[in-house]
Amino acid sequence: MKPYIEARQVSKRFGQHQVLDKIDLTLPAGMIYGLIGPSGAGKTTLIKSILGMEKVDGGTVQVMGATMPNRPVMAKLGYMAQSDALYETLTARENLTFFGKLMSVPKDKLSQMIDYAANLVNLTQQLDQRVSGYSGGMKRRLSLAIALIQDPQLLILDEPTVGIDPELRQQIWAELNKLKATGKSMLVTTHVMDEAERCDYLMLIRGGVALAQGTPADLKRQYKVDSIEAVFLKAGRMQDANHGNR
Amino acid sequence: MRTMAIVKRVLKQMLRDKRTLALMFVAPLLIMSLMYFLFQNNTTQVATLGVHDVDSQVVKAVESKHVAIKHYTTSQSAATVIKTHDLAGYLTQNSGKLTITYANSNPTDTTLIKAALQSGVIKLRLKTLVTATKAQKKALVAQQAALQRLAKAQTQTAVSQLKTALAQAKASGNTAAVAKLQKQLKAATAPKATTKMAAPKASTYTTKSHYIYGSSDSTFFESYLPIFLGFFVFFFVFLISGISLLNERTTGTLSRLLATPIRRSEIIFGYLIGYGIFAVIQTLITVTFAIIVFKVHLVGSIWLIFLVNFLLALVALTLGIFISTFANSEFQMIQFIPIVVIPQIFFAGLIPVDGMATWLQWIAHIMPLYYGAGALTDVATKGATLSEISGQLGILLGFMIVLTLMNIVGMKRYRKV
Repeated sequence: MKPYIEARQVSKRFGQHQVLDKIDLTLPAGMIYGLIGPSGAGKTTLIKSILGMEKVDGGTVQVMGATMPNRPVMAKLGYMAQSDALYETLTARENLTFFGKLMSVPKDKLSQMIDYAANLVNLTQQLDQRVSGYSGGMKRRLSLAIALIQDPQLLILDEPTVGIDPELRQQIWAELNKLKATGKSMLVTTHVMDEAERCDYLMLIRGGVALAQGTPADLKRQYKVDSIEAVFLKAGRMQDANHGNR
Repeated sequence: MRTMAIVKRVLKQMLRDKRTLALMFVAPLLIMSLMYFLFQNNTTQVATLGVHDVDSQVVKAVESKHVAIKHYTTSQSAATVIKTHDLAGYLTQNSGKLTITYANSNPTDTTLIKAALQSGVIKLRLKTLVTATKAQKKALVAQQAALQRLAKAQTQTAVSQLKTALAQAKASGNTAAVAKLQKQLKAATAPKATTKMAAPKASTYTTKSHYIYGSSDSTFFESYLPIFLGFFVFFFVFLISGISLLNERTTGTLSRLLATPIRRSEIIFGYLIGYGIFAVIQTLITVTFAIIVFKVHLVGSIWLIFLVNFLLALVALTLGIFISTFANSEFQMIQFIPIVVIPQIFFAGLIPVDGMATWLQWIAHIMPLYYGAGALTDVATKGATLSEISGQLGILLGFMIVLTLMNIVGMKRYRKV
């Protein structure tokens, strides 16, 4: 079976600034793939390249076997952006309905899907409130619900747990694991290190370069440390040292 | 059907935003009501004219409902009198020569006095002419009377001579002579066609006015209304659609939208239809208001008015979306109003474009409002038909198509496919 995402040697530069430098990424079915790195590392650019919203300068991206950019394939992706892109004057239900229609969810299935997605993120009670009255955490959850509206096989989540309280974060990760069990795959960016531990596979990205890749356990063993945070620090120092040598 | 999803969303968002809704639907009515009272023709502007040492008949001739007269006896200079008494003009007389000084701070006042003075002078000339003609007539009548008297006297002499001759002939028994003389007498006593010189009757001219468009009640308001109808729609749709797409961009929803399989064209068409509906409602309200409240007489078809306004709204919409790509905030969007919207008013027909310099006429021809307002004016005041305004409509359609294509291509900045 083909991997959901297969990115090879992806490079992207904005002017003089090399944002992505020959990144390889393979995401098979049924896996949570964590993309960790400081802000400005190129995580969002990599995600936008995978979505086909950004044109890569070098390398190729294939999603579900199709070379990106490819518009119809976008219907198979659930995407949650870094900033909450919601229509504040509309209610949560209206937001979900709108994106459901854009994602070609069949009319007879739409209300069922809305209930499912809202239930998953614990927003059933507030479904008919306007988004302008939502807290930051509720908006984040609604964004996640929108990503789930067409029940996609592949979820691309850009910082899904920012501004969400610890309890709810636990719930969301529990949900993500449940989704994974049904064969869905997720590409998740984060800069919260304890979340990285929950991923099946990690890519450490810094300055547009993939510093290290592997399962959390592998990485800890490789760098001889006991936390992902320490892996990150060590890998970063090594990168800086190499840079100095060059 | 993604376009319809966008349309529905735009409608819902607009209906939730009561302030913007009020701006779009109530503000034009407010401005129109103000215009109605400001552009009424029956307001009389009065210019004050100071006079010094001017013949009373001249003053009487110049005075009108638009020119109020104030008498001054000072010998100060005209400029001083005008300045101290805040006059619009000052008239002095030196024997037969009238000297007028205009304040000219308000060109309308100057024009009023100029007109009053001209008509006054003409009135005076006519009066003199009439007096002269009357004198001539009198003399003629006197001459006629004298002539008649003379003729009468001659006839009387002739009659008495004939009568004497007749009596003699009768006495002498000459019947032939009697008959002849009787005939002559008859002719002499017969009433003579009095030689009456028909004094030419002064022909009086009356004027009867016909109006091809409108009536004698036509005001500036009626002629400017179509222009403003077009302008309202253009301005509000430009602003609201531009800002709403800008918001969509700055809040990230545009980027989010483009992460769905939607086509770029579907977004643009969704906006066109959604805001187009509001433009139609706005036109409906403003036109109905003008007709019912202000009894504006619409010569052409109301449907054509809607059609033109709808096209104009689509142009404004595409232009607003296009311009919004150059703005990074609402404030920057507002900054485009003096550059993009205000200049269009000048070329919309308030100032006749035909009288402009050639290069200005060229500018007029790249302004959508020039065609839109032109078509609206033709329909509303001249009753133009669809085929008569088809040229203008075609150009508006062209504007719309070009801008739409530019918008669809321009959205590639946010998504490559």
